[in-house]
Amino acid sequence: MKHDKIEKNLGLLMLFTMVVISIGGLVEIVPLFHINDTIEKVEGVRPYTPLELRGRDIYQREGCYLCHSQMIRPFRDEALRYGHYSLAAESKYDHPFQWGSKRTGPDLARVGEKYSNEWQVQHLIAPRSVVPESIMPNYPWLMKNDLAFSDIADRLRALKKVGVPYSESKAEYEANVKEFGQDVAEMLDIQKAQENLIKQAQSGNYDGDANRITEMEAMVAYLQMLGTLVDFSQYDEGHFVQFR
Amino acid sequence: MSNSNQKSGGAPSTGHNWDGIEELTNPVPRWWIWSFYFTVVICIIYWIIYPAWPVGKSYTTGTFNDITYNVVNKDTGEVKEVTTHWNTRALLMADMQRGKEALKQKAYMDEVAKASFDDILSDPEKMAFARSLAKGIYGDNCAACHGTGGTGVVGLFPNLADDDWLWGGKVEQIQASIEQGRHGYMPDFKNTFNAEQLDAVTEYVLSLSGHAMDSKKVATGKRIFNGQEGGCYYCHTSKATGMISVGAANLTDSIWTIADVQGAASLEAKKASVKSVIANGVSRKMPAWSERLSANDIKLLSVYVHELGGGK
Repeated sequence: MKHDKIEKNLGLLMLFTMVVISIGGLVEIVPLFHINDTIEKVEGVRPYTPLELRGRDIYQREGCYLCHSQMIRPFRDEALRYGHYSLAAESKYDHPFQWGSKRTGPDLARVGEKYSNEWQVQHLIAPRSVVPESIMPNYPWLMKNDLAFSDIADRLRALKKVGVPYSESKAEYEANVKEFGQDVAEMLDIQKAQENLIKQAQSGNYDGDANRITEMEAMVAYLQMLGTLVDFSQYDEGHFVQFR
Repeated sequence: MSNSNQKSGGAPSTGHNWDGIEELTNPVPRWWIWSFYFTVVICIIYWIIYPAWPVGKSYTTGTFNDITYNVVNKDTGEVKEVTTHWNTRALLMADMQRGKEALKQKAYMDEVAKASFDDILSDPEKMAFARSLAKGIYGDNCAACHGTGGTGVVGLFPNLADDDWLWGGKVEQIQASIEQGRHGYMPDFKNTFNAEQLDAVTEYVLSLSGHAMDSKKVATGKRIFNGQEGGCYYCHTSKATGMISVGAANLTDSIWTIADVQGAASLEAKKASVKSVIANGVSRKMPAWSERLSANDIKLLSVYVHELGGGK
């Protein structure tokens, strides 16, 4: 084709530019889908419970990812500060993933169970009341807003469409029991999503207010499970190197 | 407007002409061409020594560039040397296990692992190591609640920089607190006490730390405190000096970790803050750290925290 034609036709130029750029991306990404060791074989990773999922939604709504990454890279300084490097398997049910590379605040990939619920609540409402040098904004409305969860089943269904194994049919439920065990499979049942959310909120009482289910409840439930699914003491030191 | 007769180098036009700006067919500079070929050569070398091309379900792993690291058995601690193709995870393992800095630190760590607390506390070199290493661990893990200087937040997180210790200030006790975490718990009395009882107990509690209170109310409060009605003495003891095994506070000193008595301007405000604690109870949790931090890290951290507060 003549250069003239492309250069004088904006639509055509954009189309060809996109084709050329996407080739660059595709040759890097697509082979990873087919390579055996891309996602590590590891115990414990499961999809989010309904409450955690709502917390994750709020995490994205508030734009937490703009300042916090969720990926610990395999470097000495990160290993010492944050713990074991993140595994691909740990975010295999994330849509979209929250890896990020912008760290205005610290990485949160393994923040789960690091601090108490009380600290998380206090810190989200007023970060500087516990960490004077912090520049994080206040999120007081998380504690004021009641959590909206009437559409939670649809949220699970949407994720099911992109491959997260929430169960709708009996057969899917049985498959989950086999894969994750009874307790987790129960949590992944779309029919029981609302009931499960309320149950977890009441037993966990993450926001310290037993009478209400607030947005804070979901947020803290989500933060407290981040990076806690894989028990690294079950694996030899250096075990995960073989997957690279 | 350009003059198409003054062509640089006299090369013919490519036929691209934009508003009189014309592109000629001059070759790009020689140095540029050679740089380009050079990058192609580098690229091929890269393909040979680093993982590069996908092949079916695997990939070319590269050669001449292997990394040796240790796989440490989780149960037996047995060390097995493994050599693998270049990758960042192996690079990290090698750095953590064999790096120059890692070995230097490990030498100190091995010393610390063998040493008792007394050995560490009495040896200036080990103390210097504990201070510099534990400062980082403290900053990453503890400072979020207890503050960078250990001063805590009144009402939420205990002050580690004073010499009052809810769970004991001996270095072994601090170690236990860090390893297992703590749950500071006091029941709420809002359904147990009526307003007068609550008031009386508050007066008594404040009188213990030298506040001038109503003597009649103090006497009533003391009776409730030490009787079945309140049962406060179960944990705080009948002398109100607290009990380390359950983390009950000493009420006779002037250090307050939950009710903000120091910060209150008037006696009324002090009373209000103490009253609120008695009415609403306390439930504070410190997470357990034995899963997250190594035994050695906790040991050094215990020494560091012990020193922060002029430990016992």
